[in-house]
Amino acid sequence: MLKIYFICSFLIGTALAFNRFRPVKIALLSLFVTLQGIMTLHVIRNRGTGFWYFNADSLAVIFITILFFISALSIYHSFAYLKWRQKEARERNFYFAAMVILVAALTCAYCANHIAITWVFIEITTIAASFLIYYLRTDLALEGTWKYIFVCTISITFVFIGILLLGIAAGPAGITDLTYAQLTANASRLDPFWTKMAFIFIFTGFTAKAGLFPMYTAGIDAKDKSPSPAGALFASGIMNVGFCGIFRTYQFIALTSSAEWARSVLVISATISIFIAAVYMMKVDNYKRMLAYSSIEHMGIIMLGLAMGGIGVFAALFHLVLHSFIKAGIFYQTGITYRVFGSKLVSETGGYFRISVSGSMVLLLGFFCVTAVPPSGLFISEFLIFTEMFRSGYIWLMLAVMALLTVIIWAFGRKIMKVIFTPVNGFDYENAERPALSESLSQFAIILFIMIMGVCPPQPVLDIIHAAAGTLAR
Amino acid sequence: MANLILLIFIVTLFFLVSAWRLVTYIQILALQGVMLFLVALLSLTQMHWANFAFILTETVIVKAVIIPVFLAYILKRNNITREAEPLVPTFVSLVLMMMLVIMIFFLSYASGYAILDNLFFVVALSTIFTGLYIIMTRRKIITHVMGFLVIENGVFILSLAVGNEMPMMVNMGVLLDMFAGVLTLGIFINKIGDVFKDGDVSNLRRLKD
Repeated sequence: MLKIYFICSFLIGTALAFNRFRPVKIALLSLFVTLQGIMTLHVIRNRGTGFWYFNADSLAVIFITILFFISALSIYHSFAYLKWRQKEARERNFYFAAMVILVAALTCAYCANHIAITWVFIEITTIAASFLIYYLRTDLALEGTWKYIFVCTISITFVFIGILLLGIAAGPAGITDLTYAQLTANASRLDPFWTKMAFIFIFTGFTAKAGLFPMYTAGIDAKDKSPSPAGALFASGIMNVGFCGIFRTYQFIALTSSAEWARSVLVISATISIFIAAVYMMKVDNYKRMLAYSSIEHMGIIMLGLAMGGIGVFAALFHLVLHSFIKAGIFYQTGITYRVFGSKLVSETGGYFRISVSGSMVLLLGFFCVTAVPPSGLFISEFLIFTEMFRSGYIWLMLAVMALLTVIIWAFGRKIMKVIFTPVNGFDYENAERPALSESLSQFAIILFIMIMGVCPPQPVLDIIHAAAGTLAR
Repeated sequence: MANLILLIFIVTLFFLVSAWRLVTYIQILALQGVMLFLVALLSLTQMHWANFAFILTETVIVKAVIIPVFLAYILKRNNITREAEPLVPTFVSLVLMMMLVIMIFFLSYASGYAILDNLFFVVALSTIFTGLYIIMTRRKIITHVMGFLVIENGVFILSLAVGNEMPMMVNMGVLLDMFAGVLTLGIFINKIGDVFKDGDVSNLRRLKD
C-alpha cells in the first residue's frame, strides 16, 4: 500500500506542477486527498503492517491521521489564500505540487523504521517546504527561505553525523542494520560513549524540525513567511516529524545506560525553549511569529513530559496531538485576519470583532484552547505532565515552568485581545472585507474536537496513544 | 597510503582558512574532491562493485568537477567581489585551527577507543569544525555555502570510516551532495548576488524579533 501511495502521490505532484487547467488541478488535488484518506484508513485498520523499511506502528498511525486532516484543510484553505495573492499560474501550481510532495514525504518519514530512511525523507521535506515558504517571491520571503534551507541543511548534516556515530556505537553490539527494532533489541550492548555522542548530534539535528532550543530559528521564519495554510502544515506535520525522530531515537536510548544523561539533555533543551518562547512572546509584534513561538513553548512542554517518563509520555503524545490541531486552526484564522487587515502586526490590527464575529470567536476560543484553559484537552495533558514532574522531584523546575507559562498566557492574551476588541485608528471598518462564516467552520470543528478531548475523550483514541506511549519502556 | 592522503587533507584545511581569494577556495574544494576520490578508492575494499563504482564516479564528477565549476560560474555571473573578507585576521584563524586540530588529535587518541579508523575520525572532525569556523567568520553567502561543502566533505570522510560495515551510510553521504546542489542552485536561480548587493549576510538581517 505504501509503495502504491508513494508512487501515486509523486505522480500527482509532478502532474500538478505542469498542469495548466483549473478543473484538472482540482481533480488532481481531490484525488490526492482521497488517496491520503485511503492510506490513513489502511494504516488504522492494519496497524503494525509494513514492507521493506516502512512500518506503520501506533505512533505513525497517530501522525498520519493528524496529517490527513491538516493536509486536507490546508489544501482547502489554500484556494482562498491563493485567490487573494494572485500570482502567476505557474507559481500556484508549484505551490500545490510542493504541498503534495511535502505531505507524501512526511507520511513516509513517519512510517520509516530505519533511522537512515527517516533521515532521507526529512531531507525531502526541507526541499518541498522551501518552495512553500518562497511562494510570495519577495525579498523577505527569500531571506526566510534561505535561512530555512541553510539551518535545516546544517541540522540534517548533524543528524547524519549522529547516525554515523551510532553506526560506530552499534559496531561492537553486532548490529548490522540501524533499524529501530534492532537498536532497541540490542540497546544494552551499545557502546555508551559513542551512544551519547550520537544522541547529542541526532537530537540537535532534529530540533530544527521539531522547534526546540538550539535550532528553533528556522521554523519561526518559515511559519511567518509562508502562506498561512502552509504555516499550519509547518506547525503540525513538520513539527511532528521532528518529534517523531527524537521519540524513536529516545526510545532505544532510554534502554541504554545513557538514559539518565539523555533525559537531562531533553530537560535542558525543553526548559530553555520555554524560556525563549516566553521572552519573545512578550516582545514580538507580528502575530504569526507569536504563534510560532507559542509552538516552541508547547514543544518544550511535550519534551518535558517525554523526559519525565511514566504517565508523562502519554501526556506528551496527547498534548502533541491536540496541539497539532489547534495550532493549525489558529493559523488558518490568522490567514483570514491578515487578508482583512493587510498587516501581520498586532499594532496595525484591531477590532476584528466588528468585522467578523465568527472569526474573532475562533481566535478567542482558540486562545483559550491553546493556553490550556479547562474545557480544552491541553489542560489535562499539562496537568498530567506537571503531576509527573512533581512526582519525579523536579519541583523547582515545575514552578519555574509554571511561572513562564503564566507570562506566556499574559503576553498571548494581551495581543489576541487587542486584535479582537481594540479598534485601530485609521482603518475603514465600513468598507472592510467581511470573511464568510464558511471559512471559519473548519476551525470551529477543531475547537469542538479539542474540547471533547478535554471533557470525554473517546476510548479508541486513548487506546492508540497509550499503545504508542507504551513503547517507551521505563 | 590512505593515511598520507588524509594528512595532506588536513593541510588543505589550513590553506582554506588562510586563503584570501574566493577562487582559491574553489580550487581547494576541487582538490579536496580529488583527494576524497583517492581515499574512497583505497579504503572501501569490501564493497559491492556497482555501489563502489557509483560512489567513485559521484565523488570525482560532482565533488571535484561540477560543484567547483558551478561555483566559479556563479562568482562571475553574480559579480561577487573576489575577496573572502574574513571577520577574523588570518593569523588568529591559523592559530585557532592549529589548536583545534592538535586538541582533536589528543582527545581522540587519549579517549582509549582504538577503533581502527582513528585517523579517519580525527580528520573528519577537524574538517567539520573547519567548515563551521568558515561559516562563522566569513561574511558572504557564497562562503557560507563553501563552508557547508567543507562540512560535507568531513561527513563523507566519517562515513568512509564505517563504510565497509555499513555501505548504506556512504550512499547517504552522497545524498547530502544533492542538498549542496540545491543550496548552490538557490544562489544561482535567485541571483542572491543581485538582489542583495555583494551577497553579504548583513543584508539578511531584516527578519528578526
